[in-house]
Parts: sequence; C-alpha cells; structure tokens
Amino acid sequence: MSALENFWSVYSNLVLTLGTNSLLALSIWLTLSCGMLAMANAAFMGIGAYTSAILSMNYGAPFPVAIAAGMAAPALTAFVIGKPTLRLSGVYLAMATLAFGEVVRIVVLNAESLTGGALGLNGIPQATQWWHVLLAVVAVLFALWRLRRSKVGRAFEAIKEDETAAGLMGIDVGGHKMLAFVLGAAIAGLAGVLNAHLTFFIGPNEFGFDRGVDILTMTVLGGINGLTGPVLGGVILTVLPEALRAFGDFRLVVNGVILVLIVLFLPKGIWDPARLRQWFGRKGATA
Amino acid sequence: MLEQQLVNALSLGCVYALFALGFTLIFGVLGVINLSHGAVFMVGAYAAVQIMTHFDLPLWAGLLFAFVSCGVLGLLIDFLVLKPLRARNAPHLIPMIATIGVAIILNNGVQGLFGAQNVRFPADTVSGESLNLAGIHLTALELGIILLSFVLMAVLMLALKRTQLGRALRAIAESPKAAYLLGINVEGLFYLTSFAAAALGGLAGVLIGLYSNAVFPLMGQPMLHKGIAVIILGGMGDIRGAMLGGLFLGFAEVLSVAYIGSTMRDAVAFGLLFLVLLVRPKGLFGTVQERKV
Repeated sequence: MSALENFWSVYSNLVLTLGTNSLLALSIWLTLSCGMLAMANAAFMGIGAYTSAILSMNYGAPFPVAIAAGMAAPALTAFVIGKPTLRLSGVYLAMATLAFGEVVRIVVLNAESLTGGALGLNGIPQATQWWHVLLAVVAVLFALWRLRRSKVGRAFEAIKEDETAAGLMGIDVGGHKMLAFVLGAAIAGLAGVLNAHLTFFIGPNEFGFDRGVDILTMTVLGGINGLTGPVLGGVILTVLPEALRAFGDFRLVVNGVILVLIVLFLPKGIWDPARLRQWFGRKGATA
Repeated sequence: MLEQQLVNALSLGCVYALFALGFTLIFGVLGVINLSHGAVFMVGAYAAVQIMTHFDLPLWAGLLFAFVSCGVLGLLIDFLVLKPLRARNAPHLIPMIATIGVAIILNNGVQGLFGAQNVRFPADTVSGESLNLAGIHLTALELGIILLSFVLMAVLMLALKRTQLGRALRAIAESPKAAYLLGINVEGLFYLTSFAAAALGGLAGVLIGLYSNAVFPLMGQPMLHKGIAVIILGGMGDIRGAMLGGLFLGFAEVLSVAYIGSTMRDAVAFGLLFLVLLVRPKGLFGTVQERKV
C-alpha cells in the first residue's frame, strides 16, 4: 500500500494531467468531428483557467461556481467570435482561430492588474481532487458518446463528409458548426479550470501557439474517428516525455522521432481498428 | 522620423518575406503546411555560425554552407517523412503533424548539441557602417536583406511563370495526378521544391540571425508564427503574396510600436490577421475559389 502512496505522491500531478489533456484532446475532436479545424482551444482553456482562478482568488467563489464560470466564459467567447469565424474553412479557419488565440494571450499578458501579466497568477487554491478529474473525463466521454449517436451527431458527421450536401439535405450547417464550436470551448474551459486549480499557478505562455498545436497533435496522433483515439493520444503524449527521462538532454529528440514514426506507420492515428484487425488477421493467416 | 520608421518597416517586412518565400513555396507545390520550416531556418543559422567561427570563413561561405546544408536537410525531410506519407495518401492534416515531430527533433537536437544559450556570429562579419541618405539610416545588412528578398521574389516569380520548370510546378500545384499523366516528373520536382524551400529557409536564418544578432535553438518558433501570418495574409502558396504579406506585417508592426506602444506589437500583427481573414477569407491578396457542386 505504501508503494502505491509513494507512487501517488510523486506522480499524482502527472496522472491528473493525463485527465486534463484528454479533455483538451476531446474538445478539439468535437470540432474536428464536425469538419472544422479550429485551433482556439488553448485560448479557450486559458480563458476558463483565468476566469475561474480570478473568481476563486479575488472573490472567494466556491469551486462549483468557478467551474461553471470557467466553462461559461469560453463558451460565450466562442459564441461571439463563432459567427464571423466559422464562415472560413480549412487552414484559413485554423489560422484565424490560432490568431485569435495569440490575441487572447497578448491581452492577458498586458492586463496586468487583473491577470498578473507575464508573471501569471500564483497561489490558486488547490481545489481539484483526483475524482473531479476522473468524473469530468467520464462525464464528457459519456456526453460525447451520446451526442455521436444522436441526430446532432449524425448531422456533424454529414457536415464533415460534405458540407454542401449536408446543407441540401436540410441540415442547419451554421447552427451545428456553432454548437460544436461552443461545446468544444466549454470542454476546453473545463480542462483549464481543473488544471489551474491543480497546478497552483497559471501564466499566459501556457496557452499560446505551441499549446494549441500540442492539443491538435494529441488528437490527430490518437485518431479522430472515435472517442478512444483522442484520449489515447492525450495519454501517450503526456507520458512519453516522462518515460524518456533516461535519454537526458536528447529525450525530446527521441520524443520527436517517436512522433514521426507513429505518423508514418499509423497515418490514421494510433487507434485504428481496421489496421489492428489487419495486423492480427495477417498473423492468423500465417499461423 | 516617419521616414526612418518606414525604412525600418521595409527591412523588417523583407525579413518576414525572406522567411515566408520558402514556406509558401512548399505549401504551393506540396500542399503541406511545413511546421519544421522554422527549425530548418534555425539550423541554417547554426550551420553558418559554426563554419564561420571554426574555420574563420567570410560571410559568403557561411551563406553558401547554410544554403547547401539546409537544402540537403530539406531533401532528407522530404525523402524520410513526406514521401512515405504521399505514397500512403495520408489525410491532409497528417503531414503537418509529422513536420511538428521533425521540428521537435531539430530544435532539441541542436539544443542538446550546442546548448540553449545564444551564440553569435564573429564580431566583424558585417560592417557596422550605415548609409546615410537624407537623414535616414540604413545598414549594409538591411540593404542586403531588402535587395535579396526582392531579387529572390522576382527570380521565383519569373521562374514559375516563364520557364518550363515553372509551368510543370504550377501543373503539380493544380493536380499532381494530372501532372504525372502529362509526363511530368512529379517526385523529382517535389524533391527540388523541398530542397529549394529549405535552402531559402537556411539563407533567411543566417541573415535574420545577423539582423537580430541572436542565434538560439528556438529562434525559428516566433518566426514560424509570423511566417504563418504572412502567408495567410498574402494568400497561401502565392510568391508575390508572401512578399506583400511580409511587407504588410512589417509596416503594421513598426508603425504600431511607434504609435501605440511596443507591448501590443504582436497583438497588432495577429489582431490584423484575424480581422483580415474575417473580411477577406482567402487573405488580402489571395483569390477566392468558389466551390461548384
């Protein structure tokens, strides 16, 4: 039992980060599943984190209130910028959302009286318990799983396959895209709230360009054709740098090599049932 | 003072354009957003610094070495990573993710080899003298950057428009399959493009490393962000657009620093990008392609 406690005291932060990163991966999966490459999730995470941290630090708000506000604020932001932004498609949408993210980062950096500027916010109450993270991941997974099987989920799928055809079939393309965007922002905000109340500190550079690209990498690496992929990708990309500590200075080089190899050999993501079946099928044939 | 600001903006804009030329070339022909371009750019600067300090060589040798070594690096990236993905018909986001991996390898490899600290070019690499035209200062390096970026843009545009090679490249940009059926050596031209784009990135690395007097492992990342903004502003894959986008960004930044304040410099760049995309979804100078059903 003490071994387990020891493990937990060393790695509890890592384990809980697995959860928040999985949430982030799921948040971008939601927009991808509707055919949109929106990359503002790091910014939404930041908005959620800052909103909740300011509420609980300056106003002593209870944790549930902080969570609710940390999800509502990014969702509202997404709703406001969604109207003009979601007209864009492909890389242009990606770039507009990335640019929006940079603007958010720089505004946070300059609003020093409220956000602490470059120094960030220190001493956020550590309200996040392990079961909060677990509950959040399970609840989001369940909600997304139900959503996929609902009429809305099928509409997302249709829009992803062919927007024009979906529109001609009477699907409200704009409305559904907005829904996916806003829900994704709320999930990213939730991850931000949990992360902020876990790590005690947040700073503007945690929510910049590189974080946005990281989140996309997790999801695409994991596989975007189901809910398993994003979670798997989030877990692998979080654990990998830790597992490679033995390589010292060059551990991130190995990390990069593994990333490239995964992409080369599993171009549809790690969670690719068809390919797994194919591999096991071949083994069966030779035996 | 306005004249001096405008000249500063011109040289900063040309710096951005120089970086964006290779970046946009690879997108135009290969259709890949190459997120390792910033890392290749950094490798170019390191290659030049190393060879110039160890062998006591002049700047032109450093530039040549950076050009060739980055070109070869670009070829390697294409051969080892992008080609297998093309062969597998990977979904369009996948090559981009692969180049993130390549960037991680290069950035951290260089950091492991040479350390995270700033390295510098030999002190007397470029003369500190500046031309003085009617009260406007312009260093030799700034002049070189401005001239080189315009010459490169002109050469690339002419090559793409007028030569057989350029016509073949444009055919590939339209449809690699159709180009292949027309007897164009598609794979060969992909290699050539990867070589040229990376070599240009290396050149830009040396010049910009000199310009900002800072060569460090992550120097390519902020440049990459700006480069993305530039090619979006200019319309993706468009050589002239890369130049115009770079100049636009340079002017926007310098003027905002002069009249608003330096803290909001990056917010102005990306805020403008955001607004431009909302008004003109394909960039300032891009052409809108309507999808026909």
